Amino acid sequence: MNTDTVEIARSASPSAEAMRRTPLYGLHLRHGARMVPFAGYEMPVQYPAGLLKEHIHTRAQAGLFDVSHMGQLSVRARSGDLAEAARALETLIPIDILGLALGRQRYGFLTNEAGGIIDDLMVANLGDHLLVVVNAANKAQDEAHLRAHLPEGIALASVPNALIALQGPQAYVTLERLTADIDGIRFMDVRATRILGASCLVVRSGYTGEDGFEISLPADRAEEIAEALLADADVLPVGLGARDSLRLEAGLCLHGSDIDAGTTPVEAGLLWAIQPVRRPGGARAGGFPGAHRILSEIEHGPSRRRVGLRPEGRAPVRAGASLFASEEDPEPAGAVTSGGFGPSLGAPIAMGYLPTPLAEPGTRVFAELRGQRLPLTVTAMPFVPAGFKRS
Amino acid sequence: MLKFTDEHEWLKLDGDVATVGITRHAAEQLGDLVFIELPKVGAKLKKGDAAAVVESVKAASDVYAPLSGEVTEVNDAAVADPAGVGSDPQGGGWLYRIRLDDVSALEGLMDEAAYTEFAV
Repeated sequence: MNTDTVEIARSASPSAEAMRRTPLYGLHLRHGARMVPFAGYEMPVQYPAGLLKEHIHTRAQAGLFDVSHMGQLSVRARSGDLAEAARALETLIPIDILGLALGRQRYGFLTNEAGGIIDDLMVANLGDHLLVVVNAANKAQDEAHLRAHLPEGIALASVPNALIALQGPQAYVTLERLTADIDGIRFMDVRATRILGASCLVVRSGYTGEDGFEISLPADRAEEIAEALLADADVLPVGLGARDSLRLEAGLCLHGSDIDAGTTPVEAGLLWAIQPVRRPGGARAGGFPGAHRILSEIEHGPSRRRVGLRPEGRAPVRAGASLFASEEDPEPAGAVTSGGFGPSLGAPIAMGYLPTPLAEPGTRVFAELRGQRLPLTVTAMPFVPAGFKRS
Repeated sequence: MLKFTDEHEWLKLDGDVATVGITRHAAEQLGDLVFIELPKVGAKLKKGDAAAVVESVKAASDVYAPLSGEVTEVNDAAVADPAGVGSDPQGGGWLYRIRLDDVSALEGLMDEAAYTEFAV
């Protein structure tokens, strides 16, 4: 049989020398993780509980994820004026950063001249600087892009912290046992706290659709704090496998699959992230790479859209499968960009792109799978309701 | 006696009919199985044809026909309960039975000791 996972497991050891490790590498091994190469790092794909249990446990209680491979960048104006740094970032990111309140985080993306998405990211206002968190696979390229385009007066630095995510309905009570200062923290609030005496930055956000936190913490304290969280009976370590199935059920994009340099934010259904002030008629409309295309799509609508898809039957429809308007149509209308099995739904789920006329929920389309056409229904996302704590 | 292929399948011969499944090692590597598709009874398979599909949450894997022959029976219980294949891949989690065109071709496959050496 041809098993990607078997191949990954085999190739992991010879290439290990060239791979980078996060500060939690030792913890992963101690907890029995199966390590795989990912974005240049040796990362846990799953622990002994297995992907399904890790997924279900995160939705029911809490899961701990090592996301230290992601890039954390501080953006600071040499003048000390935060607004100058915000204005500079707004020339590269089509969201309202100038209006981002102290202690708040926002989702955004770097765009290219064609309006495509170079990477998606989070921006937080930390008072004297902005913190930008980017995808592991893109961090070198993102940093180079920012260095090339930010003006002289803006200082960019990589933050050497570890990054962990604690996700699930029990995340709050679990974290509260280790720190007194998360009272009243809302979805997308950012707060400097001490956890076991270490200075940490806690954000109430994540990539699972559940309530939870992302915690930036000193690399030399990461293992101790992660172990303290794992000592809680409610918390299981969760690998990249369940991270992907959780985000897919939550309808969240994976850069490189569902969004990339060839997809615009409007096509991707991410218009909600572009505040009115940056849209046509807004006080700071445009002024970012690809503005012409993106603003035009905001006014006239995109020709294709990212959609959620529910295959009929049990067979998962994977990324790369062509989508057709009918069982007979010889020409594909679109393609699946992420697909698999949703453990919480107990059914296959997928997302992909379809021409706007086919993108309405309820529309029936077909995917080609092993020479056969399988029916799927366009579905609103998320596939499972989100558990964010907005107030 | 079980025979093994370098594609992580096992075969058990009874007369000229071989029962085929995935190895314990393969099942461990794949993780939780969520979907299984088996060939049709009566299908004539050539060695190397994609005979079945086993899917975990993350990935789909083809199970290739280890030898040529005609499918005589499939394990419907495996289709109904893919997780069961993961937990007992070399027993109740067998996939299908095939009447071999040439029983002697089995000689070219690995025994358990050779497979263990190969897989680990």
